Amino acid sequence: MPATQSRVNDFVLKIATVNGTGSASANSLVMKALFRMGIPVTGKNLFPSNIQGLPTWYEIRANKDGFMSRSRRVDLTVAMNAQTYSKDLKEVSPGGFLVYDSTWPRSHTLARDDITILGVPLSKLCNEHFSVARVRILMKNVAYVGVLAALLDIDLEVVQALLEETFAAKPKLVESNLEAIMLGYNYATENFTCPLPVRAQKMGDNAGKILIDGNAAAGLGFVYAGATVGAWYPITPSTSLMDNFKIFCEMFRTDEATGEKKYCIVQAEDELAAAGMVLGANWVGARAFTPTSGPGISLMSEFIGFAYYAEIPSVFVDVQRVGPSTGMPTRTQQCDVLLCAYASHGDTRHPLLLPADPSDCFQMAVQAFDLAERLQTPVFMLTDLDIGMNDWMVPELKWDDSYRPDRGKVLSSDEVDALDKFVRYTDFDGDGIPYRTLPGVNPKGAYFVRGSGHNRQGGYTEDSLEYQDVMDRLLVKWETAKTLVPKAVLTPAGKKTRLGIIAYGSSHAAVVEASVRLAEHGIHADYLRLRAFPFGVEVEEFLASHDTIFVVEQNRDAQMKSLLMLETQINASKLVSILHYNGMPLPSDCIVDAIGKHIASEVAA
Amino acid sequence: MTYIAKPKIDLPGQQRNAIGLLKRDYEGSLSTLCAGCGHDSITAAIVQALWEMAIEPHKLIKLSGIGCSSKTPAYFVHGAHGFNSVHGRMPSVAAGAHAGHRDLVCIGVSGDGDSLSIGFGQFGHAIRRNLNMLYLIENNGVYGLTKGQFSASADPGSKAKKGEVNHMQSINPVATAIAMGASFVGRSFSGDRQQLVALIKAGIAHKGAALLDVISPCVTFNDHAGSTKSYAYTREHLHHISETGFVPPATEITAEYAAGDSVRVTMHDGSSIVLKKADPDYDPTNRSKTLRYLEKHRDKGEIATGLLFIDDDLPDMHTIAGTSKKPLRDFAYAELNPGSAALEKLQRSMR
Repeated sequence: MPATQSRVNDFVLKIATVNGTGSASANSLVMKALFRMGIPVTGKNLFPSNIQGLPTWYEIRANKDGFMSRSRRVDLTVAMNAQTYSKDLKEVSPGGFLVYDSTWPRSHTLARDDITILGVPLSKLCNEHFSVARVRILMKNVAYVGVLAALLDIDLEVVQALLEETFAAKPKLVESNLEAIMLGYNYATENFTCPLPVRAQKMGDNAGKILIDGNAAAGLGFVYAGATVGAWYPITPSTSLMDNFKIFCEMFRTDEATGEKKYCIVQAEDELAAAGMVLGANWVGARAFTPTSGPGISLMSEFIGFAYYAEIPSVFVDVQRVGPSTGMPTRTQQCDVLLCAYASHGDTRHPLLLPADPSDCFQMAVQAFDLAERLQTPVFMLTDLDIGMNDWMVPELKWDDSYRPDRGKVLSSDEVDALDKFVRYTDFDGDGIPYRTLPGVNPKGAYFVRGSGHNRQGGYTEDSLEYQDVMDRLLVKWETAKTLVPKAVLTPAGKKTRLGIIAYGSSHAAVVEASVRLAEHGIHADYLRLRAFPFGVEVEEFLASHDTIFVVEQNRDAQMKSLLMLETQINASKLVSILHYNGMPLPSDCIVDAIGKHIASEVAA
Repeated sequence: MTYIAKPKIDLPGQQRNAIGLLKRDYEGSLSTLCAGCGHDSITAAIVQALWEMAIEPHKLIKLSGIGCSSKTPAYFVHGAHGFNSVHGRMPSVAAGAHAGHRDLVCIGVSGDGDSLSIGFGQFGHAIRRNLNMLYLIENNGVYGLTKGQFSASADPGSKAKKGEVNHMQSINPVATAIAMGASFVGRSFSGDRQQLVALIKAGIAHKGAALLDVISPCVTFNDHAGSTKSYAYTREHLHHISETGFVPPATEITAEYAAGDSVRVTMHDGSSIVLKKADPDYDPTNRSKTLRYLEKHRDKGEIATGLLFIDDDLPDMHTIAGTSKKPLRDFAYAELNPGSAALEKLQRSMR
């Protein structure tokens, strides 16, 4: 047996299956069991753009130190898909383990002498034990949970409790699932030395933590934000956001007596229409949003420019996936930063919110509406597939019951009556934000929304000065936006340094881990996590006070670096890009390697 | 589209409607369309209809897309909020507005360019959703603002001002809407004020998408010999399939119609439409018969006008969705927010 380092509560488990075989619930069972043993875990679902029959992987990282990013190592692989067996075999880190279904013989060319290969006849065990064909397929996946429980020393009582909760309504299923688990468990304990040096050990109960994906958290956030209208067109990877909004609305927004719904979800004919619906609903004073992905933003851009110029509050969520064009719909990237920042023709600029995890998604869904209504402009929440569709361990979501939505400068009927005349696009307060009225309130407050040239009163214009007057006021509003968006968060290095790292969104977890690893190697860097665009003064200060700033992002063209160069006073030569854009979630070692290499080359020069 | 405020002059003897408003309270700014444009007659009919129905101006929303027709919401009801959206996208904005506030009376004004080309998809889906609105297509068969290109409703054989002949088939919004499952479809002519006013009122009272295709000649680019959308051609080929009368809720029907000649459709708000049929074989409540009837008249080169089809029982968008009767935007935040205790409880399932 090859030498294996002991890895207790610090390992990566990768499960290779075929989609549509029910492996998702088996994988979630393993993940939740580790979670309940108090071990910090994250789960990454690597799936195809397909319904049934193609390879899919689930990666669970257990890490006692709480590092949540992806790691490139693989300590234990469960290879349930013969189609990807050779690839899965190659990926196992030296000293690691590979479990495969030994019901069928494997080619002798598929061998490695630096890892341990463990064959379990899962199909044979299940075929002998279960009689129905479909049940055999499903139970084969449950049986590997039993194998893993034995190999990794996962608490069987925890597994049983989870099954009982999952199938509370169908106790018979608890029984059959447990039988399958014991088939795998017993085979492993009888044939292998269990547990492996790579294993789990109870370290608490993860009290105060939950497992959630970003789309669920954002959907919940929009319920708490008081959004009543959701308009959307289904697109991976944003679809489950609206699915979740609907689930939570059914739960919390259905009148118990009448069954009436205090929400309206409209599945639009396309993204163009979804954007139009969001504008229409916000115009009449309902909080309305749309979740989409990059291709949807391309289609919505016409209306986004309209909303910017006509100053209609609106919230757009871009759960980014790999572009350009259709790209890879089930892979992750941060490739729509520039698209969203400047969406639409003409001079336009839009606030962006940049959540780093599901917890941020929940909070920023609420902030997005407060900002959109305060600023009367489209606001984007830019998440990505990694945040949106993967399982994250985050602190329990908290809600402050004293929160009241900021509806911005909306005049009531009485306030309109007190005016000589209502004018829509005049800056009375010096913050660049005009007053608006809602339809159905007071005829004196009526005005005509238009995307064509208009003056500060709201009237149509082709007059140069009147046009420019409004465009210049929108710049004043942009300055106000800088003071309202969430500030960037500074994590200072342990030692005084002139090195900086800037990152945002789902790169955050990888940077946190990389910073610790780098410090162990004597490389200290201050870390600034961007949470929004436009950039506040704190970003300028950070840029000014560091000599070399690494900008970590998940796209090919260094979009955030470009945005920093365009929108701040930075001397571009100070910025060094670290780019990861292969569609997989960013692993921390990618950052450690890149910064290490850069420093070494500086020293050599 | 310059913005010219209309002078307000008090004329003696002006009539007030049920809520004490004068007709001029339903007017907007001065039209900047060409003199004689059919669209201005439609605007006047809208003003007349809304005044007669005594709709509170601020309870109306008026939306449009892009084009000559889409300028017109500025020319009626200055006390209503207006939304001049982007090309072909008026229906989606209307859908959102109606989702957020179901009690506002919604008029969408579009044109053949706006609804039958770039906006053909959204037009179809407004019908499919049975969005509670009056959807007006001011149909002139031509692109006016860009100076005279054929639109998708130009008839085959119709001649452009510069002599070019259209050889493509025309998209017929009326037949399309009926085939797509529309709940209310009418056609009229901008020069037929009486019929138009009655149809507008019926369309507003109808709970669902009411499509009105109004032939509205373009005096500048499509009013010449050889055009099938000119005043002369339309007048000559017009075929009234019915005289439409609109009876508001709780009003006694006084007009007498010979039995078998008239159809009375009572709508959900209590109002009714009385159709005095010119043709005994015409039945506006039968979808397939209506389509056959329309095709028959098209073959004869006639433009059938009147209320062509109605099914007042089809559920509208909110009925299908089960949305609360109270407009969504009127809910106080406290009625929408589950609060911290619910959040805490919910998260027990996330461990």
